[in-house]
Amino acid sequence: MGSIAVGKNLDHSARVREFIVETFLFGDGDDLRDDTSFLESGLIDSTGILELVEFIEQTYLIKIKDEELVPGNLDSLEKIARFSERKLQADSVGGNETPATS
Amino acid sequence: MCGIAGIFQPDRAAAISPDMLRAMISVLGHRGPDESGIYLDDQTGLGQTRLSIIDLSSGTQPIHNEDKTLWIVFNGEIFNYIELREKLQRKGHRFYTTTDTEVILHLYEEKGIDCLKELNGQFAFAIRDTRQNMLFLARDRVGIRPLYYTHCGPSLIFASEIKSIFMNRNVSRELDPVSMDQIFTFWSPLPGQSVFKDVHQLPPGHYLLATEGKTEVRKYWDIPFCPKADQLDWSPDLICERLQELLLDAIRIRLRADVPVGTYLSGGLDSSGITALVARNFNHDVKTFGIRFEDPAFDEGEYQQQMVAFLGTDYTELMATNAGIGESLPDVLWHCETPLLRTAPVPLFLLSRLVHDSGIKVVLTGEGADEVFGGYNIFREAAVRRFWAKNPGSQARADLIGQLYPYIFDNPRLKRMLQSFFAQGLDQTDDPLFSHLIRWENTARTKTFFSDDLRAASGSYSGYEQVREMLPPEFGSWDHLAQAQYLEMKVFMGNYLLASQGDRVAMGNSVEIRLPFLDPNLMEFMGRVPSVWKLLGLKEKYILKRSFRGILPDSVLARPKHPYRAPIADSLLHATASEQTQEMLSEGALRRNGLFNAKKVAHLIKKLQTSSEPGEVDSMALTGILSSQILHNRFVEDFQPRTDRRVEPALIIDRRSAPQVDPRRGDNIA
Repeated sequence: MGSIAVGKNLDHSARVREFIVETFLFGDGDDLRDDTSFLESGLIDSTGILELVEFIEQTYLIKIKDEELVPGNLDSLEKIARFSERKLQADSVGGNETPATS
Repeated sequence: MCGIAGIFQPDRAAAISPDMLRAMISVLGHRGPDESGIYLDDQTGLGQTRLSIIDLSSGTQPIHNEDKTLWIVFNGEIFNYIELREKLQRKGHRFYTTTDTEVILHLYEEKGIDCLKELNGQFAFAIRDTRQNMLFLARDRVGIRPLYYTHCGPSLIFASEIKSIFMNRNVSRELDPVSMDQIFTFWSPLPGQSVFKDVHQLPPGHYLLATEGKTEVRKYWDIPFCPKADQLDWSPDLICERLQELLLDAIRIRLRADVPVGTYLSGGLDSSGITALVARNFNHDVKTFGIRFEDPAFDEGEYQQQMVAFLGTDYTELMATNAGIGESLPDVLWHCETPLLRTAPVPLFLLSRLVHDSGIKVVLTGEGADEVFGGYNIFREAAVRRFWAKNPGSQARADLIGQLYPYIFDNPRLKRMLQSFFAQGLDQTDDPLFSHLIRWENTARTKTFFSDDLRAASGSYSGYEQVREMLPPEFGSWDHLAQAQYLEMKVFMGNYLLASQGDRVAMGNSVEIRLPFLDPNLMEFMGRVPSVWKLLGLKEKYILKRSFRGILPDSVLARPKHPYRAPIADSLLHATASEQTQEMLSEGALRRNGLFNAKKVAHLIKKLQTSSEPGEVDSMALTGILSSQILHNRFVEDFQPRTDRRVEPALIIDRRSAPQVDPRRGDNIA
């Protein structure tokens, strides 16, 4: 179970990365590290945020609450992966178990 | 209004050919379709094409002083010429025309370069002073009229537009990577520069003196602000009263012309105010002109109709369609001579064509009010961010940003993320550029499309450093709004607003714009009015609105500001976009010019074609890339000026000493 979940998340992460490279870096992802801050690097503007949120929701099949839409969860590839993974785990265990720490 | 051009060779290195001057003015025909003239001596050639507005019958240039030791070519208007002329006549100066042009010359004779301090106008001129073997060039305080120059061997070559300078084949035509960096950050080159390498602009409020072996550029005026202690402590009523007097006077002298003067009417506060004051005080039958947009997101028709109904003036409107904007971009670039990041200049170009076709040569516009009275959102944004920076944790303060940009914050889900965007740099309130850094950083993201070569060519250049260096020493003593106003006027107004949305798109159709809000007396006064009366809380242009009470309908006074903009992706990527547009964005053309990364541009176009709501930065990037490509094609790669072959100067003054062997040789002409 665990290994499949990790594999899936890796796949998701790769797709988010691909989306960002295509949409915001116009195909050139050489300088995009996992911890590059989208806000600080000026990668994403106001219209971009909405597109990104929608893509994450569709990719991970999660619903992000308004109060979760903060830079702490969404400002880098790393943060998105960590946040989405937590969301997924919480959903998959129906909220009965403590979400895995990352 | 006119076009001027010339060559100065103090060491007489080579003869200046009259054909060269003819060629230089032949590409300025749109600026001066009515007549032209040439002056030549052993060191100097001056050319002028004229749009006759004052003294239609005898104002042919070049114009001389009593003993013909001074000669002038002039583009623009001196609005206080009647008063200056009387003074000069009392001092014994004799005039042979009734023009404002001749007034400048006698004033120069009387006061030397200090003549500039007394001129209230919009101008660029060249005076040939044979007594001192000197050439004197000057430009108005804020840069309403253009003037470019370059050095080519021993020659100083100048003209109202760059294309005229490029008629000299020996002048190299190359885009300047540093200017490109500036344009893709500030929307325009910084003062003094053009997008072309080694082609300079005489900055607003500056003059140039050229003598043998030396060219000096000096400042004679700067945007007037003062330390808080020197600001006026008048009541708002008293300020309004004085403001009304000054504005009425600014309009009165700007209606001086021997041809009818119209106005632009956008439906916004500024142009409505000007039109109302003209109609009430000077000419009830004034002809007014406005732009409508096919795309309702940009249209202000409802407010224009309200104003027309209120004033009962004659009104003609232009319908700007998405397709029409896309198709006209190349023509607009031919006139603007700089890459654009916005399409907003295009409808103004189409509007001036309508004005011209209606038989009007001169219009008053509301430009400058946002700068002088504090109307832009960027001023409110800076004020909010400063307030927020004092308590960065405050959610209430963060929420104020949403009030400024309701159209961005209309999705409540994104509030926190957007606030984080505006929270960047909150710790930089001490930076003199604080008010503008977010906007400039945002625009600079368009540089991601620069090719590696273009990026490398500008090296470690920093536009911000250059702006910091050009700030006057007293900048730090002004209040924050004044500082932001100064930056806005220095960086955005002179080289973008007054050029690409001003002179160039109006003169492209032989129409002269006049701008009462940039009257120097009015600007001097407003420079001393405390900021609180400009931006009261978050109410922009407070004192101007208060001054317009009773003059404009309450609905116009209460209306939230609607920034003037034009559609981008829907225009430039429109199905009818011309072949040239498509070719310019092709991989081959991009690779050939080497300015942009062709792969990334292809991604951008695909994204914009499929996106229902194109982002701000993507739209600016598209406009910037396409306009740079077109500009490169028309000015660098394949310079084929549309010359006016009919140019036959009405006046040729030839004061060369030696007989010319072959004055018709045209071997250096492009």
